[in-house]
Amino acid sequence: MDDRIENPWGERTPYGPGERWPTRVDTHLADGLAESGVDRWVRSASILHSNGDAMDIAVKDGRIAGVRGRATDRVNHGRLDPKDLYGWQANNSPDRLTRPLVRDGGRLVESDWDTAMGRVVARSRELLDGPGGWGHFGFYTSGQLFLEEYYTLAVIGKAGIGTPHMDGNTRLCTATAASALKASFGTDGQPGSYSDVDHCDAIALWGHNVAATQTVLWMRMLDRRRGPNPPAMLAVDPRTTPVAREADLHLALRGGTNQALLNGLLRLIIHNGWYDERYVAAHTLGFEELARVVDGYPPDRVARICDLKAADVERAAELLGTSHRLLSTVLQGFYQSNQATAAACQVNNLHLLRGMLGRAGAGLYQMNGQPTAQNTRETGADGDLPGLRNWDNPAHIRELARLWNVDEMTIPHWSPPTHAMQIWRYAEQGSVKLLWISATNPAVSLPDLARVRRILSKDDLFVVVQDIFRTETAELADVVLPAATWGEKTGTFTNVDRTVHLSEKAVEPPGEARADLDIFLDYARRMDLRDRDGRPLIPWDDPEGAFEGWKACSAGRPCDYTGLTYEKLRGGSGIQWPCTPDRPAGTERLYTDGVFHTDPDYCETYGQDLATGAEYTAEEYRARQPAGRAFLHAADYQPSPEVTSDDYPLLLTTGRDVYQFHTRTKTGRAPELNAAEPEPWVELHPDDAEALGIADGDPVEVTSRRGAVRVPARIGGIRRGAVFIPFHYGYFDVDPEKRVPRAANELTLTAWDPVSKQPIFKVAAVRVTPIHEGRE
Amino acid sequence: MHLAHYLGLLHRAQVNLAGALRQVAESHGDEPDIALLCRQQAEICDRHAERLGPFAERYSAAAPDEPDRLHSELFRGTRTGGIGLLRDLQDLYLMAAECDICWTVVGQAAQGARDRDLLAAVQDCERETAIQLKWLRTRLKQAAPQALVVAS
Repeated sequence: MDDRIENPWGERTPYGPGERWPTRVDTHLADGLAESGVDRWVRSASILHSNGDAMDIAVKDGRIAGVRGRATDRVNHGRLDPKDLYGWQANNSPDRLTRPLVRDGGRLVESDWDTAMGRVVARSRELLDGPGGWGHFGFYTSGQLFLEEYYTLAVIGKAGIGTPHMDGNTRLCTATAASALKASFGTDGQPGSYSDVDHCDAIALWGHNVAATQTVLWMRMLDRRRGPNPPAMLAVDPRTTPVAREADLHLALRGGTNQALLNGLLRLIIHNGWYDERYVAAHTLGFEELARVVDGYPPDRVARICDLKAADVERAAELLGTSHRLLSTVLQGFYQSNQATAAACQVNNLHLLRGMLGRAGAGLYQMNGQPTAQNTRETGADGDLPGLRNWDNPAHIRELARLWNVDEMTIPHWSPPTHAMQIWRYAEQGSVKLLWISATNPAVSLPDLARVRRILSKDDLFVVVQDIFRTETAELADVVLPAATWGEKTGTFTNVDRTVHLSEKAVEPPGEARADLDIFLDYARRMDLRDRDGRPLIPWDDPEGAFEGWKACSAGRPCDYTGLTYEKLRGGSGIQWPCTPDRPAGTERLYTDGVFHTDPDYCETYGQDLATGAEYTAEEYRARQPAGRAFLHAADYQPSPEVTSDDYPLLLTTGRDVYQFHTRTKTGRAPELNAAEPEPWVELHPDDAEALGIADGDPVEVTSRRGAVRVPARIGGIRRGAVFIPFHYGYFDVDPEKRVPRAANELTLTAWDPVSKQPIFKVAAVRVTPIHEGRE
Repeated sequence: MHLAHYLGLLHRAQVNLAGALRQVAESHGDEPDIALLCRQQAEICDRHAERLGPFAERYSAAAPDEPDRLHSELFRGTRTGGIGLLRDLQDLYLMAAECDICWTVVGQAAQGARDRDLLAAVQDCERETAIQLKWLRTRLKQAAPQALVVAS
């Protein structure tokens, strides 16, 4: 196989519209190992990005020794992302956590499970005793665990402890996708299928650098682009990403102005009659109001707000408006920016206006940033309720209470579950006193890191960290629990296009490390959590039991898993939910009949005002009589909370690099991936660099109102007035003596979208100054 | 005709609410959503007050002197802490409720006066005031259990 660091997307296998995407099997094995020398292949899928690529793990002498893409899988047809090809080596890293750690005399020291769990349980009991005890608990989980683990955690938190303070790192990556889907279509759940790439005649990528974030999906798009009758391509991104270079039209708009652009595009779609009047009349609500609001955004005004050419806005509208099978994908350029939910809803509006849903090629992906984020959402381990239920619908709460055999009042449902940034705020104020962080690294990934470190270091906050390495967050914990990871435990997870995969245990975890599921089950047992009849609250004790428990919870909901079993997932490969006894092969596309999940008894939300997040009531929702129609939401453009000034004249955007995932806990320990991009950098437009006297490679300081970082400059690749820093880089791999601030989130601000509560990472005002060596 | 009195009352209520929103934004800066949304909503109140200007002028000639007791004083500065935030949001809620009922009263008067311009202004603005009330209620509902039952 060719060098996938040099060429992350590998060789092209072109194909035409309606044809099957050719198979290309990507394999990487440990040095000197041939496929014939592999002892066993074990079924799995990727957890280093959200594409859900199926693969098999090679085992040699009881160790993971490589991976091979699964040719028969509907998602990847054999291909793998470079992070998967090389990232498995991190499992074998010598600095894995192998024993629990506890803080004694200010230092973390090695301990044993009884001592570590004993401390967690003792503190938990103390806190739970007394009225309002539930409110001292916060659970902050991840987008990297398995469905069975999330669901177990959700039951512990919601039915055992009874706390609404449960969220995950998914709030940073995928909350807006969920919010926008709920707002427009009634519930979460991705309408489209990856196979829409095979059929579409236009692809619009909205703030989505798919070439870096889901490389295999990008390979599929590139293969269409190199084949006969390729789809047209539109990229909306302030950076000149590989996607922007490939696209026929690139709109490098000013950060924080997505809503204005979309309003302008929808106005042109309506004015030029490029919308499907029959579809709109039959299947949507809110057209008049949408038409009224977007009418205020003629191309000249949009061009001014977004710093684009009016003619380009018109060209983009034509590309979108004249396509016959339009595929849209949306990601962090929208989700982590100003007016996140409003702007993501406008992409839904585009597809509703044009009737571009529910048929081959007419697809919409509100993407996920993390591999198992979909499951965090489905199971309610984050700010949702299990089974995509509505917190404000008493009948939905009754269903959960019956399922878990607990009092309805135990399950917090007086408000939406507490969002991550609010949980951290309660911890800062001292009312959350126990924060359990599983499989994520907020000391690098959250905004305004100085504040996050301050909170984690508070004396009155008991911090439990469950992870596979001693991360920047683990360093600040009171108890560290060593976890098993992918390849060392069994469970399922689901990707963006609702494809469920089984990932089986291939090898034993190192030392005393345990599967996350076993850690949660151990906690539930030690806490003696019971149902209303005195039976153990959680009746299962293994992954398959948890999966069966989840199936019962999912029954009748959009994410219905009742037609799936471990055996079935072992027999074939990925299967898309809903999968029921009536639809045993799963469901490729949702809303094929134009009937949406907006029935008041079924929907996941009664809706929110997009500008403030104000919740509508059940009565108000019913009065709109949605009757299966989707909502066209309208919103005016509002400038972002932080704009440039004389002191901070540039706009910082953060994002990903193709070789790294999240905070590099794994990819930073895979030699090829680490060597590909070992350090962070800041991208600057050549004009901005010249004005500041900065040359390529010069060390510079980037300063915001929150803090400063020192990184080398890279010239080019971004629009004038904007700078980019990848967010992956923290401090674990730097000698403590030589550490200088370098994490992008030292600079970002604490602010979030009013509806999805997703933090705004894409618009922080900064200044850049050259560092002159020897003058300090 | 006493419409000018109520326009004055409403104008004052909008100006007071804008000022109170800005004070709450300032003193609860550690609650980023509160700070941001209060500032945004204050601007909406500013626009409401501006929009009332021409109508106040239109009806002032016909107005006898405005009785002072029509002005309300619901806000006497911000507080700190979790319960302080709750109390401040509740004050804002009551002030927005005063605006809300004033829009209703002025809207009725606009019907009686056959004043289409005023009626249109009322219809635009009362929608935005209703959202303010709804947002404050949503935020109060979220904050109440933690502030009243959990925090020490």
